[in-house]
Amino acid sequence: MGTDRLIRVALPVATVALFLIAWTVYVRTAEVSAFILPTPFQIVLAFIELVSDAAVWRHAMVTVIEAVSGFLIAVFLGITLGMAMARVQMLEWAFKPFIVCLQLIPKIALAPLFILWFGFGLESKIVIAAALSFFPVFSNALVAFRSVEPGDRDVFVMLQANPVQRFTMLDLPTALPVVLAGMEVAVVMSMIGAIVGEFIGGNEGLGYLAVAMLQELQVPGLFAVIVLLTLIGLTLYTLIAQLRGWLTPWHASVAGKSREA
Amino acid sequence: MTIENAADIRILGVGKTFGQGENAVRAIGDATLDMQRGDFISLLGPSGCGKTTLLRIIAGLERPSEGEIIVRNRSVWENGKRSAAATRPISMMFQEARLFPWFTVAENVALPLRLRGVSKAEREERAHVLCETVGLKGFENVRPSALSGGMRQRASLARALITEPQVLLLDEPFGALDAMTRDTLNMELMSVCAKANVTTILVTHSITEAAFLSDRVVVLAARPARITEVVEMPFERPRTLDLQRNAEFQDMLLRLRASLTGDH
Repeated sequence: MGTDRLIRVALPVATVALFLIAWTVYVRTAEVSAFILPTPFQIVLAFIELVSDAAVWRHAMVTVIEAVSGFLIAVFLGITLGMAMARVQMLEWAFKPFIVCLQLIPKIALAPLFILWFGFGLESKIVIAAALSFFPVFSNALVAFRSVEPGDRDVFVMLQANPVQRFTMLDLPTALPVVLAGMEVAVVMSMIGAIVGEFIGGNEGLGYLAVAMLQELQVPGLFAVIVLLTLIGLTLYTLIAQLRGWLTPWHASVAGKSREA
Repeated sequence: MTIENAADIRILGVGKTFGQGENAVRAIGDATLDMQRGDFISLLGPSGCGKTTLLRIIAGLERPSEGEIIVRNRSVWENGKRSAAATRPISMMFQEARLFPWFTVAENVALPLRLRGVSKAEREERAHVLCETVGLKGFENVRPSALSGGMRQRASLARALITEPQVLLLDEPFGALDAMTRDTLNMELMSVCAKANVTTILVTHSITEAAFLSDRVVVLAARPARITEVVEMPFERPRTLDLQRNAEFQDMLLRLRASLTGDH
């Protein structure tokens, strides 16, 4: 453990500490109302209060179920369609312009429509989460399954591999790093989708809780919900990043990390 | 070396045209050649002369526009389709090692056996033995990215040999390596080919390499590739690097050079 590593840990901690101190000093000296901006310490207290409430965990579960379900649907559809279009040129010609047009619609604007179609329950939020997280998976899968080098294909032809072997031992491992990178983006999008859905309608989930806190002017509580949402998002993202290290340990993006550590 | 009457590989009037109509490019003229079992021949020609295309046609990776390739009495191209039975005894090495980063060195070497459904225990054992043969002992469990260029080609050679091929096709496999590594690998290649009695075709643009390794050198002229001359290399085997300093060998190099350039 050299001084370099100590500095690498100490510097980001110092930055965050400085930010929190500046925040506290500003709120105290400028006498900002706690209804507008509470101090970090007040938020910590509110957060502790929030997470000791069992009802909050039920809300959190709802949001996680919506985001993860939407994400999984997006992953399934994105990989399937991306792979099919990478394989069959006709499919790409037929559907890609259509899918790109759909992508150009600001999908958040569709959220009220989805509520109208799928109701105030979990379903509409799952659809919004899926709609938001589909494209990063799809576009990465399309590129990924197309990036198998002709020379690598030749090796498998010479070795008389059957189509299943070629898929599991060549196409899939070639595509996986890029697909997983798309999934890292998508999982964050799915959280956004679930929360936006909860803002608009329904009476469950952390997005709903945030709106409820606002209406009761419990601003430290609102901040605490945001902190909780951030932690959940971070957890989901870390899971996918871990999955990447576990599934593609050979890849430069992963190997580089382990070299640093 | 056993000599048989029936040719092991027959290249019969093979031609290749890319594109159609006005844009058509003739890559290979009308190539005909017979090889006996255990023959080592080189296809020697300038860069871009179509020698790699000819090798790929023999391998069944590229379809000939006309003509036929016969390997051990079976046609490589049957009704325009690559014949699995004819190409099964063929192994090929490419310019790049083409190892897969998701497999360890031993797993890469054992891949052909895995694809053929050989049990894990047997293929691990055979991969181990071959890694030792090609000088990769101790590197079996590392990933290809940890190997040098020369060692990657050693692994690639091991992968080509693990199926005990009867025909070995080499597309300038050591072309990107430094001269010393190249000499070492060529020596090892020669001894492996002699031991296993495989019929070998090497594509190269190095006159020295062609003369040193081959029983016969097939000199090609460019665009479209045509066989201008087939020259016997009358040097005794086993050959050592000392041969390259031999006056007779030097004369042969000059003769091949003249043959390469003389046609233009």
